Amino acid sequence: MTQSPPLPAASEPEVLRFSRLNRTLHITMIVSFMSLALTGLTLKFSYTRWAGIVSRFFGGFESAGYIHRFAAVIMFGVFVAHLVDVVQIKRRERLSLRQLIFGPGSMLFNRKDLQDFVGNIKWFLGKGPRPHYGRWTYWEKFDYFAVFWGIAVIGLTGLMLWFPVFFTRFISGWVLNVATIIHSDEALLAVGFIFTVHFFNTHLRPEKFPMDIVVFTGRMPLEEFKRDKPAEYEALVKAGTLDSYLVEPYPDIVIRAVRFFAWTALGVGFSIVLWIIFAMLFDYR
Amino acid sequence: MTRLRLPPELLVLLAAAAFWTTPAQAQENVDCLACHTERSLTGTRAGKTISVFVNEKTLAGSVHGPLPCVACHADVAGKELPHGDDLAPVDCGSCHAEIAALHAKSLHGKAIARGDPLAPRCTTCHGSHDVLPKTNARSPIMPLNVPFLCGKCHQEGTPVTSQRTIHQDNILTNYSESIHGEGLLRRGLIVAPNCASCHTPHSILPHTDPASSIARRNIAATCTKCHAQIELVHRKVIKGALWEQEAHVLPACPDCHQPHKIRKVFYTQGMADADCMRCHGRADLKSSRDGRSLLVHQDSLLASRHVRVACSQCHAGVNASRVRPCETVVTKVACSSCHAEADSLYQTSTHGMLEAKGDPNAPSCSECHGTHGTKGRTDPSSPTFPPNIPTLCARCHREGKKAAVRYTGEQHQIVEHYAESIHGKGLLKSGLTVTATCTSCHTAHRVLPRADSSSSVNPRNLPQTCGTCHHGIQEQFQKSIHSVLVSKSGKPLPVCSDCHTAHTIQRADATGFKLEIMTKCGRCHEDVARTYFDTYHGKVSQLGYAKTAKCYDCHGAHDILPISDPASHLSRQNVVGTCQKCHPGATRRFAGYLTHATHHDPKKYPFLFWTFWGMTTLLLGTFAFGGIHTLLWLPRAVQMRRELQAIKEQQRRTQEPS
Repeated sequence: MTQSPPLPAASEPEVLRFSRLNRTLHITMIVSFMSLALTGLTLKFSYTRWAGIVSRFFGGFESAGYIHRFAAVIMFGVFVAHLVDVVQIKRRERLSLRQLIFGPGSMLFNRKDLQDFVGNIKWFLGKGPRPHYGRWTYWEKFDYFAVFWGIAVIGLTGLMLWFPVFFTRFISGWVLNVATIIHSDEALLAVGFIFTVHFFNTHLRPEKFPMDIVVFTGRMPLEEFKRDKPAEYEALVKAGTLDSYLVEPYPDIVIRAVRFFAWTALGVGFSIVLWIIFAMLFDYR
Repeated sequence: MTRLRLPPELLVLLAAAAFWTTPAQAQENVDCLACHTERSLTGTRAGKTISVFVNEKTLAGSVHGPLPCVACHADVAGKELPHGDDLAPVDCGSCHAEIAALHAKSLHGKAIARGDPLAPRCTTCHGSHDVLPKTNARSPIMPLNVPFLCGKCHQEGTPVTSQRTIHQDNILTNYSESIHGEGLLRRGLIVAPNCASCHTPHSILPHTDPASSIARRNIAATCTKCHAQIELVHRKVIKGALWEQEAHVLPACPDCHQPHKIRKVFYTQGMADADCMRCHGRADLKSSRDGRSLLVHQDSLLASRHVRVACSQCHAGVNASRVRPCETVVTKVACSSCHAEADSLYQTSTHGMLEAKGDPNAPSCSECHGTHGTKGRTDPSSPTFPPNIPTLCARCHREGKKAAVRYTGEQHQIVEHYAESIHGKGLLKSGLTVTATCTSCHTAHRVLPRADSSSSVNPRNLPQTCGTCHHGIQEQFQKSIHSVLVSKSGKPLPVCSDCHTAHTIQRADATGFKLEIMTKCGRCHEDVARTYFDTYHGKVSQLGYAKTAKCYDCHGAHDILPISDPASHLSRQNVVGTCQKCHPGATRRFAGYLTHATHHDPKKYPFLFWTFWGMTTLLLGTFAFGGIHTLLWLPRAVQMRRELQAIKEQQRRTQEPS
């Protein structure tokens, strides 16, 4: 397999991995998620000094509340836009429901994910080679469904707390107390998981250092693509469609802007994790 | 004993009868008593059934005992017995004509003529069949009994005092505390004047009537009936006979010696202010003892509230017959000689008790009220004028000053705090003289520490003290579970200052106050305050959001009642309405929200407890899985990084030569 149209030597060829819409949605979701996390955690950890500072940063509790709800609406928007996108992809590519669910591009777990997981553990323990990952690895799928589940659970309980008068037409008042616990603990899970495990798995793995920004640029170098997604690479080569995914890399200025944004998000995320740990250790109640 | 009550319409008849009847032709008393000793005997007068029983013994013992019945009941004379009903009222004037004439002209007589049902008649004071001489101790007109006889109508609470215009108040009380009353009632001096001594027994007239014994021009004559030659000791006032001759230009006795309240003060004879000022008007006058100036500024004296008080009234003990009348003065000025009431309060106060102990720090009257220039509290230039009071008290009670230094309690910076409080702002910034100042709560003269059970700021008395202005609040509070009148729990109960503080009182709608209330309630209600902070309302309040539901938004502020009380804001009937104050459209289900819920109590809140632990398990599980996965990965990732760097290094080296 050779690269038939020789690319300019100056730039290595890159593989387009995320569509423009997906990249936009991820960035929007980051902003929305960070806002939700910061404003929400001030309430969860309201008894810490930190909470007061962050709350004041958002213009006091009242405006922090408005920001929280506004960001939640954005998050719902991202969710809906993604679902619409999935439906459109299905139509455009004329995929059957079966292909959508069990095809190589599917986000649903399949047998290969189980094999990859077992293979990965073996590799970690030095008892086997690195598995040949496909388009989506199992940890990427896990993160994806964490968001699905999170939006459903946090979103529903959040709506209950947003419109208590409406919801208590159907449910008892104490369910709101339960909803509060679920909303806040599930959010804590999401925040904790995203800002530690997800950050490591996808952005900060040592071999990717300083940072994997594929989700912002949508492009990854061909070499890296070959190494990280061998199964997909082979499938594309086999189908002869690899060329259609090759694109020009972004100019330096864009990369720098992306890195700046990504580092900011990382910084905020890590600060939040530190705050949570601090609150849990010294102030928990 | 029945008393004859004469219906006024019969008065005319009575007068007419007095002229044509004579006691000569009469039935024997035994004839009358044959029937009238029957206790159950009744007759009618003006349509009313009345008892006509006559106690034979009482009649025989009375001054009128020897008289035949018909001497008084003249219209029965010569009639056939038994006589008919509706006899004419007895006319005492048929014998006591002079007295009856005096009485008819008096206030009381005119009132009878007007038909005033409250007007006293002969019998009201003297009785009917039981008339006794005034020397008889049982007689109501015996001098010792007179104050009580008059007092029957002329004391607080009687229909006369409440329904008729009487210009003096507390007459009987004041009289009994006056030197006259004391002489008569405590010392038993029957020569001491009673009511009738000044007002006369029968020709009682208002002091505005020139004929009255207490009219301005007659009062001296009335008083000198006993106080003969009193003018000799009032020489400066009366200049000999002026008092009587030109009574209209001179003060009359009651101008100084108020009626009924005649003070037990020894007024020093014969000193006039001019006599004093001859020396004390000189700027170089110094005390021989300590060299301090003894100059008295005439101006300040004239501008003072005591402008009409003579020097010797305060500086008691002068001897007018000495060349230096003041050399006999040995005692300090005693304000109590006039201000007895304020002084007795002061004596029981901390200030007074310290003073009694001879403490040099103790404030005396003059410390607050000044000396010669003393002014009333309504005078804006007076230190006791309300806006000046904080400064006045601050002289000693400001931090570092002599009273603040010896104080060991919790209140500090009180002057500064007060000035920033709602009361201080009202007084000092808004200029509201009705705002509470130091003395409004601590009283002016009876200042006592909070720990003293009779102190106005003692917890037991505080609601009452605050209630003097905040009456509506006090009414609510006294019905609440926090009131000692309601709660029988025996636990310590909060009073106004526990929530509102003493000197840093804020407006209750200030954000600071709103947010502090939780910790204040939480001092006693620890558990509920803690769990409140676990719920939404508590958390947002902790972030400084004052609009959220705070303790009093749901429980009420001053009218807190147990939830079991139907009148409570949170009783079953009221709770939904209470939620609706902030959440319009709230339903009973909505009110089921647990406002004091905690997920730490599996017995009380099992749902919350298990939800929390379910979520916690999910969290711990996920993090454990993710964490272990990541940690296992780390060595391989580092190894991969090294390999990649090695490859890159190799590529660089292979490319460099080319």
